[in-house]
Amino acid sequence: MLRDRFLSPYQHGSSAIHRLPAGAKLAAAIGGVLLVVMLPRSAWWAYATIALGLVGIALLARAELRQMLVRLLLLEPFVLGIAVLALLRPGGVPLFLSMLTKSTLCLATMILLTATTRFSDLLAVLWRIRMPALLVTTIALMHRYLFVLVEEMERMQRARRSRTFIPGRSSAWRNSAQVAGQLFVRTSERAERVYLAMCARGWKA
Amino acid sequence: MHVPDGFLDARTLVAAAGLAAVGLGLALREVRRHLPPRRVPLIGLAAAFVFVAQMLNFPVAAGTSGHLIGAALASVLLGPAAAVVAMTAVLLLQSLMFADGGITALGANILNLAVIAPLVAHGVYRAVRSAAGDGLQATLLAAGFAAWCSTMAAALACAAQLAASGVVAWGTVLAAMGGVHMVIGLGEAVITMLIIAVVVRARPELVATAAPATPQAHRTAVAYGAMLVIGVMILVAPFASSLPDGLEHVAERFGFADRALEGQPALLPDYAVVPLADTSPWLATALAGALGTLVAFGVAWFVARALATPGRLHTRR
Repeated sequence: MLRDRFLSPYQHGSSAIHRLPAGAKLAAAIGGVLLVVMLPRSAWWAYATIALGLVGIALLARAELRQMLVRLLLLEPFVLGIAVLALLRPGGVPLFLSMLTKSTLCLATMILLTATTRFSDLLAVLWRIRMPALLVTTIALMHRYLFVLVEEMERMQRARRSRTFIPGRSSAWRNSAQVAGQLFVRTSERAERVYLAMCARGWKA
Repeated sequence: MHVPDGFLDARTLVAAAGLAAVGLGLALREVRRHLPPRRVPLIGLAAAFVFVAQMLNFPVAAGTSGHLIGAALASVLLGPAAAVVAMTAVLLLQSLMFADGGITALGANILNLAVIAPLVAHGVYRAVRSAAGDGLQATLLAAGFAAWCSTMAAALACAAQLAASGVVAWGTVLAAMGGVHMVIGLGEAVITMLIIAVVVRARPELVATAAPATPQAHRTAVAYGAMLVIGVMILVAPFASSLPDGLEHVAERFGFADRALEGQPALLPDYAVVPLADTSPWLATALAGALGTLVAFGVAWFVARALATPGRLHTRR
């Protein structure tokens, strides 16, 4: 299913790229993105070289190209939405094209990173570079419970759907809000249990 | 509203990242000092909740659907400082795991959606509640109007950053982003009110205890206010020198802006105030903004009354 695939960007593998330390890959990806962002707007040869380099790394990682392309296409509308504004100014076409290229290359870089690096490894890097502990704890808990909550939401929606016989726009809004509201109530109850479990294992704020 | 990589220039990126870091730092300090430890895990789980709630579809028309942003919802349910931390976690995870929102633009995105949006929401929520009282209708009205204001604030901050980077013209981007988000903000307001109504009915204490008023909170609010003013000055100051030139162009660019907006279901058509735009484009923009704000407040008031009155919407459950 598309949603499942979208929620798990990591592709299992044992290539040289997969085995590189996560910190090095993150640094390289951020460096690559910075390079693309800072390049002059008409450096088309540099863009082409970087694109070829990305394809080369993807081939080396034996990543599933089709899946990465789907992710890229899913994110492209957001890029287009902003880039189109540049077309509204006089002589905006070259600006539009260069921004589109830059953003697409940056997207491809990050998609390649997440396809070859587990998020838990990236999280370990965030710990090591001494990001504030409270923030990393929050991200770690968010990552841990994201999938639990997605499944909980899908169960609630399924239950709703099986009891809703007259679908309409306003009832769809109320149903979605009902699901979200109940999900928050359950989430805060779950957070209480998580807190007790963390304390039982020696956690201190 | 997530800005991807490659749109903002270096100066804007650095300025936005600095402001975001200051805002996040203050919020982290506030949470560490004043939040009871038992509420700390809730921030992480609430961040996951916001992410999941963003996946819920709210059908609009012709097969399109909108979704929640969640900054105001988080602000009302968690309190401002915890909401800043939770929304930052959401943006970090979206950027690092799903490439949604650029990695270099992370500072700008955190500033718009995780600092400005929840704080504006909190300010408006507190102000409306202190004026309107503690009842369900007042709570919903405050939450709904706060959601609209926070959406507009984030959109205008985003527009300012795009314009400051020289990607789009000031007049175009402010009118386009502002106009579109006046409508998107209404959706955000209604969704937020619907969700808060459900939470209040199930567990009223979850909303009531979210924002305790302390002297510390006031000091933090003042610090945030000062930070926002400085931020606006950093972004706008370089353009003040070229403003006369900019003003000349705004009028002709408003022509472009109107064309851009024609396809949008803009509630407040820009051409209604266009005669004014010939004489004073800034006045016209201000007028459109004020009218939009009034409409948003009216919608929030109407929906809040409908939701708070038993038997008007909820009997069909």
